[in-house]
Amino acid sequence: MSGCTPKAAPMAKGKHDVVVDPVTRIEGHLRIEAVVEDGKIVDVRSSSQLFRGLEIILKGRDPRDAQHFTQRSCGVCTYVHALCSTRAVENAVGVDKELPHNATIIRNLVMAAQFMHDHIVHFYHLHALDFVDVTGCLSADVSKTAELAVGVAQTVRKDPKLVSSKEELQKTKDTVKGIVDSGRLGIFTNAYFLGGHPAYILPPEVNLLATDHYLKALHLQVKAARAMAIFGAKNPHTQFTVMGGVTCYEGLTDKYINDYLDLYADIKDFVLDCYIPDLLAVAGFYKDWAAIGGTTNFMSFGEFPTPGGEADLNSRYIKPGVMMNRDLGNVETYDPAMIEEHVKHSWYKEDTPKHPYNGVTDPMYTSLDDKNKYSWSKAPRYNGKAVEVGPLATCLVNYGLGHPEFKTYVDFVLNHLGVGPEALFSTLGRTAGRGIECLITTLKTDEWVNDLKENIAKGDLDICKDWDMSAEAQGVGYVNAPRGGLSHWINIKDSKIDNFQLVVPSTWNIGPRCDNDLPGPLEEALLDNTPIADPERPVEILRTVHSYDPCIACGVHVIDNKTGNVKKFKIL
Amino acid sequence: MKFSVGHGREGAVERLEKRGVTRRDFMKFCGTVAAVMGMGPAFAPKVAEALTSDTRPDVVWLHNAECTGCSESILRTVEPYVDALILDYISLNYHETLMAAAGHAAEKALWDTVAAGNYVAVIEGGIPTAPAGTANEPGAHGKVGGHTMLSTTTKVVSGAAATITYGTCASYGGVQKAAPNPTAVKGVGELFPGKAIINVPGCPPNPFSLVGTIVHFLTKGIPELDAVGRPIPFYGETVHDNCPRQEFFDNDQFAPSFGSEEARKGWCLRKLGCRGPETYNNCSTVKFNQYSWPVQAGHPCIGCSQPDFWDGADWDGETYMYADLTNL
Repeated sequence: MSGCTPKAAPMAKGKHDVVVDPVTRIEGHLRIEAVVEDGKIVDVRSSSQLFRGLEIILKGRDPRDAQHFTQRSCGVCTYVHALCSTRAVENAVGVDKELPHNATIIRNLVMAAQFMHDHIVHFYHLHALDFVDVTGCLSADVSKTAELAVGVAQTVRKDPKLVSSKEELQKTKDTVKGIVDSGRLGIFTNAYFLGGHPAYILPPEVNLLATDHYLKALHLQVKAARAMAIFGAKNPHTQFTVMGGVTCYEGLTDKYINDYLDLYADIKDFVLDCYIPDLLAVAGFYKDWAAIGGTTNFMSFGEFPTPGGEADLNSRYIKPGVMMNRDLGNVETYDPAMIEEHVKHSWYKEDTPKHPYNGVTDPMYTSLDDKNKYSWSKAPRYNGKAVEVGPLATCLVNYGLGHPEFKTYVDFVLNHLGVGPEALFSTLGRTAGRGIECLITTLKTDEWVNDLKENIAKGDLDICKDWDMSAEAQGVGYVNAPRGGLSHWINIKDSKIDNFQLVVPSTWNIGPRCDNDLPGPLEEALLDNTPIADPERPVEILRTVHSYDPCIACGVHVIDNKTGNVKKFKIL
Repeated sequence: MKFSVGHGREGAVERLEKRGVTRRDFMKFCGTVAAVMGMGPAFAPKVAEALTSDTRPDVVWLHNAECTGCSESILRTVEPYVDALILDYISLNYHETLMAAAGHAAEKALWDTVAAGNYVAVIEGGIPTAPAGTANEPGAHGKVGGHTMLSTTTKVVSGAAATITYGTCASYGGVQKAAPNPTAVKGVGELFPGKAIINVPGCPPNPFSLVGTIVHFLTKGIPELDAVGRPIPFYGETVHDNCPRQEFFDNDQFAPSFGSEEARKGWCLRKLGCRGPETYNNCSTVKFNQYSWPVQAGHPCIGCSQPDFWDGADWDGETYMYADLTNL
């Protein structure tokens, strides 16, 4: 790694079996089992702990209802499943080629707000406590923190609008002191950082600034969710998409658009003056994590279709593509025929790897002690290889393709940290990639609002196209969700759902070993150099797990209605 | 409006003043909470007393078969903001999405609270009960910390001073219970009849209903419940009772399709599946995210706070969510 001087990470001596269950600050139920030898992870298993069977529940229902069921896969990455199901049915019946331009723009505006919401909440509320010791701020010098706050806020723009004042920082410090003095720590009870932890290395002033923004972000995220609700009715679980478009006619009025813009302005300020500066400030202290937690292959489906381009993945602002072997100079075109799912190490009966066309699988839960079969998640592979999806994959694919904004902001981050592109292949790179994706989406949103205004000014007031349900059809919908590439596949027979398949980001990332006993991306990342200072408080495992922003409930499977067998249905 | 009472050796009023919150502002806020609870302004002092008391209730929040949307919804509350709720008004000792600790340290926080007793349990998610695995273990489809959700929920609910099931999944089983209910999911009330359980359903519910229920419990005990266990202050009227499109319904003016001129004009959505008349919830009055709700966004109500709404239980078993219900 160029330009980066890793600190010698503290290590635990001897051999330890480490189990983290529940993994907290994620969506859903994940168990990590690791074998640690002399402070390094030498073996690891990532195990999804919940089976819900949503896909079988969908069988025989009306295709138009699918979005409501699939959206309940996940209430954190809300909206994305509703959109993906909607796109799949639109693709099946062909209305994707005729979607009103305003519908595409409004869907993009809601998705943009979802990216802002999800990435901010992830950084501050799900991930930051892996690096920030909240109680560490008790020894912070408030005046010094206020000076630091000015410098940090100027990272992205010279004239930041949001800078924490001395008074605000004092108030935050008092809040933490009050909680600690009360002896009842609530959500900080038994935190790994309590009483000091060798892997937490931030100075007290950085801890205080980050804690101040942790609390501010709790308020800010309310606005991002409200921005989604302006067009989307509510968050979580939007209710405004239908096949053929969207239903929010009032969204075309000045009031709604201006309300969105007001909220967007506040979120944008927070992204530019807090999120990205904090991310880079904290990253500067943890540069050793630029050589930890890397993987090899990456895939993006792209997102934010151009109006009129719903049926064409290449029309998307963020581009689709596949990068194998960390080869930034060679981004391949995504090919749906390359997907296979493996079940050798999942709680299903033995089967050879199958393309979703042909896959049939039977559930076979064994036990928690089973080292061979150990997860409800299957192991999807692309061209036989584990591929990572998510913001880092999006950044790498688009950086490799020379996407102008990704080139600019990836280079900005690398230069700021004084590291080369190879540092991207790491836990730190994954967390930075999320910030970059959020920043680029945030900056682009202005333009999409203007597109909507221009369309309306031209007299285009269409948001929904009526259409008839086909008796038989097949289709696929792709979304690049905040957590990565998501696809829904539908077969329609007698105008009902004959089969429905979700291939979700967290299955790609968190799934177990494949047929060749090779680890999934999260397992690969945890095996890459992860140090463990204290096996009783393995915060290093949380750092890499959280860098994926896992969503375990999305890992749902198909059970055949009549036989009770889990089954992969034929697609396309 | 945001208040953070905080903790410390000084009294609550002093602590509030230190944070620049006048007593007048605080009482105004308490009045809002009282109003949300369906109480008059005279009730505000009781709310103030509950919120500034030094005996914050211990709360544990379990996640079962769910999507975390209910937890997300509570992050959207603004009166109070969630930081005040979880740091000042209650002591949230176990919540997998928010808590800093993980693994054994997290589990210890849960069981220490349960052992101490006198806590409030908030349950999110349905409970899988089907046997599975080599041990034929009931509820093996969902585990946390190596224990089935069924066994953990049983222990937590049996020791709780009160249990609030937050969301339709915990209240009635939810989406994973929809036919054919592959993992034999049950709602909490169905599993533990006779326990003090308050159902706050919705997919997700409005967070005001949870805050109001907690405040009600702190000030006046368990609220009056309807036939399916919901607090009447929040679920006493149907979505339709307060729908701004009611006039179109009364005049038989129904939008025939989402792309129609009638839909653009904001006509009634009953012909496109709106389940508002049979759905008890406060969406049309309280709204979501302080802005909108489904019918305002032109989409029919899907009836998400009714038991087994996924299978159309209150709509003659009609499962199709866009079915013409004008003749129901």
